[in-house]
Amino acid sequence: MSATTLSALAAQLKAKQVSSRELAQQYLDRIAALNPALNAFITVDASKTLAEAAAADALIAAGQAGPLTGVPIAHKDIFCTDGWLTTCGSKMLHNFIAPYDAHVIQQFKAAGMPSLGKTNMDEFAMGSSNETSYFGAVKNPWNPAYVPGGSSGGAAACVAARMAPAATGTDTGGSIRQPAALCGITGLKPTYGLVSRYGMIAFASSLDQAGPMAPSAEDCALLLNVMTGFDPNDSTCLEREKEDYTRDLNQPLTGLRVGLPKEFFAEGLNNEVAAAVEAAVTELKKLGATTVEISLANSKLAIPVYYVLAPAEASSNLSRFDGVRYGYRAPEYGNLDDMYCKTRAQGFGAEVKRRILIGAYVLSHGYYDAYYLQAQKIRRLIAEDFNAAFKTCDVILGPTAPGTAFKLGEKSDDPVEMYLNDLYTIPANLAGLPGMSLPCGFDGKGLPIGLQLVGDYFSEAKMLNVAHQYQRVTDWHSRQPEGLL
Amino acid sequence: MKWETVIGLEVHTQLATKSKIFSGSSTAFGAAPNTQASAVDIALPGVLPVLNKGAVECAIKFALAIGAQLNRINVFDRKNYFYPDLPKGYQISQLAKPIVEGGALKIVVEGEERTINLTRAHMEEDAGKSLHEDFHGMSGIDLNRAGTPLLEIVSEPEMRSSAEAVAYARALHTLVTWIGICDGNMQEGSFRVDANVSVRPVGQAEFGTRREIKNLNSFKFLQQAIDYEVRWQIETLEDGGRIEQATVLFDPDTGETRMMRSKEDAHDYRYFPDPDLLPVKLDEDWIEQVRATLPELPAAMQVRFQAEYGVSPYDAAVLTGSRALADYFEAAAKACGQGKLAANWVMGELSAALNKADLNIEQSPVSAAHLGALVARIHDGTLSGKLAKQVFEGLWEGAGEVDAIIEARGLKQMSDSGELEKIIDEVMAANQKSVEEFRAGKEKAFNALIGQVMKASKGKANPAQVNDLLKLKLQG
Repeated sequence: MSATTLSALAAQLKAKQVSSRELAQQYLDRIAALNPALNAFITVDASKTLAEAAAADALIAAGQAGPLTGVPIAHKDIFCTDGWLTTCGSKMLHNFIAPYDAHVIQQFKAAGMPSLGKTNMDEFAMGSSNETSYFGAVKNPWNPAYVPGGSSGGAAACVAARMAPAATGTDTGGSIRQPAALCGITGLKPTYGLVSRYGMIAFASSLDQAGPMAPSAEDCALLLNVMTGFDPNDSTCLEREKEDYTRDLNQPLTGLRVGLPKEFFAEGLNNEVAAAVEAAVTELKKLGATTVEISLANSKLAIPVYYVLAPAEASSNLSRFDGVRYGYRAPEYGNLDDMYCKTRAQGFGAEVKRRILIGAYVLSHGYYDAYYLQAQKIRRLIAEDFNAAFKTCDVILGPTAPGTAFKLGEKSDDPVEMYLNDLYTIPANLAGLPGMSLPCGFDGKGLPIGLQLVGDYFSEAKMLNVAHQYQRVTDWHSRQPEGLL
Repeated sequence: MKWETVIGLEVHTQLATKSKIFSGSSTAFGAAPNTQASAVDIALPGVLPVLNKGAVECAIKFALAIGAQLNRINVFDRKNYFYPDLPKGYQISQLAKPIVEGGALKIVVEGEERTINLTRAHMEEDAGKSLHEDFHGMSGIDLNRAGTPLLEIVSEPEMRSSAEAVAYARALHTLVTWIGICDGNMQEGSFRVDANVSVRPVGQAEFGTRREIKNLNSFKFLQQAIDYEVRWQIETLEDGGRIEQATVLFDPDTGETRMMRSKEDAHDYRYFPDPDLLPVKLDEDWIEQVRATLPELPAAMQVRFQAEYGVSPYDAAVLTGSRALADYFEAAAKACGQGKLAANWVMGELSAALNKADLNIEQSPVSAAHLGALVARIHDGTLSGKLAKQVFEGLWEGAGEVDAIIEARGLKQMSDSGELEKIIDEVMAANQKSVEEFRAGKEKAFNALIGQVMKASKGKANPAQVNDLLKLKLQG
């Protein structure tokens, strides 16, 4: 494999040291070799990929290349992609060929970045281990007996295994950051509303946000430049001037105030993770940062609040999967109600059904006030905690997940234990704040540890600056799992 | 026991926007199935709604027209239920905060004016259509209508008879078409009425249990359905039965209502705010901009017609039955300067002819300008009422301008007194018996003589002039 950072790949393409077709073929070869073991991709279509790469080569030859033209990327199978199977990890959409491109896909196409395929994910993005996918679990490239995290587990695994130089992910409660942490890569969830949700199959509309996943913060900044932009098709997408997220990467960290939430370093945090995160704080201090203890008192309620609101929205968002117009329909049924029941009973997996039931329950007559409305109130309190914290600090730092990757099957019978994995990531979603995860070490088993940064609204450039400066003095992000090939 | 009927109406008006409420698809009626259904309308995975501001403006117009309150912050809610013609599995509607609250409409029943208060009106999207014919054991789904903007207008339960309910529905129909927010086409489903009907013993304060009659698409069916339902409820109660809350359908073939679903089958719609749509804020500038586009409203126009044209309150109400009719009348009245006479002709000869030909005022073969010219010729004495009817027929047939028809057909009224006197003399000579009778005090004989003069003049004699001249001659 040639260079692996996006800027290096782009430079090679511009210098005509390699063509986009050659580059795409190298990655396709690696996918062909590794995917049977890792199961990171649901769909690979070499002819489509190479056709897109040839088009990128034509742009480069014509001198019309943008910063990343010709660099291939893998897309989470939650994004509708014109002419591609788009399953969302579910039997319900096992046969759904999308007839249009999500806004995110349009942006990458417009940037001339060929798609390497559609990555595996937890069914409808519901899961923290990638074990709920109808297409089978993804394996962690650092140790295939372990999970890659979820729901963007295929994206994280394919980047970690260098089957793709970068990937798109989505994050509703940590689905970019937690798998990035468990697979030792960098991933960023932008401020809610920064990236259009149009064409991204909805899980929980008020929380879902797409973002980049790649080895480094610099890569993520380049990808974010492509992904963002106002889209009139998404009413929750914010009308803002385009930013260059690479602009502050090389700013010094002198005077940076890093907030350490005491609640994130308390009971339940694995010792090795705590030690690695504290070591990272020490590195940042060496770079000129100071630390301040902060409190996010209501964040302890984030999981119960999330598991009211996200299923409530999901129960409604997933109603369109009814067997009437597209996707799976039960082969045999009696009347209309029977068709609905059998289609949804057979087409959805256990975790999705569990959340639809929870969601329908909390919205039902007589329970709405006690659950849904109450959860909305606490959601506001959680956001207010962050607002108060950002008066005393520039960025919040803590662990991404309470531990490192766990074994396949280890938590799949205990949903609550599984949900606790998103303890530190969910608050940013509830508040709509940007967050990112970057590698900061390994545990005794050789599994990666993730460090989380949470920034104020629209402070992506600042978070990327902190992460990039950290990555200039550490090499965790450039380490790769051994023995894959 | 004496019973009192209590009726409240919920009317679904399709708003006359060109595109749908949450997508850019056309709302035109009658296209081939599913040709006006975009990715958003068929609810493909990943699509999102974007609000059509035109629908909001229709609701603002309505609120201003009925003197209602406008909620300045509007939230859309999801109403969740499964049905094949509801592609998302939920309808986007407004539950807690409807855009319009309050307001009132005036109705006139048997000469008496009443005010009916409105509860609320909210924006929502229409569903598609399920087609159960032609598919041999299967159902077809047409999503062309899915996403058409609706304003659901809910009245207070203040109507006490089917006649009042029809009068309210008609007044509402007039208003929404008048202000241009709905085309009012009931056959195409643009204006659909649900009637909540209950009965209670006269004097009882609390309401009886109501049943809701769904989807009435003509005023006639509304009347028939309520009348049947009221009879049925009274008979049931008088036979010792109970009314169960239910939704019923009206069958125009049998003239009866039948149960669709009981309260037990009612859905739990699990309403919650749609997270895909931000709250819509109405600022004062926007409201004022919309207000500036409102036409003069029927109530104001009635007052003005009475003052400017001297028509009676009843005539003013009839003439403002639709904006087209009011515009027609006003153009005709202005053309001749004779409002009252123009009103008589619009409501009399013209309306009768239009009814007979099954035409509406917009399709009238006689233009307002022509009718005005005709009235002017009556006023200046050129035409008698009888001759004017003949000219009207000419206008209806498209025979040209009023004066040209008068000329061509020789319909000018005879007002030359010399010529008239000659005819009168001849008639008196030929009818000596009647002359004698009149002079002997028999008033009736006078009318007979007038009739003979009119006949002899082939209807062209000016009746008033004949009257005067004949009197003089008989006295002389």
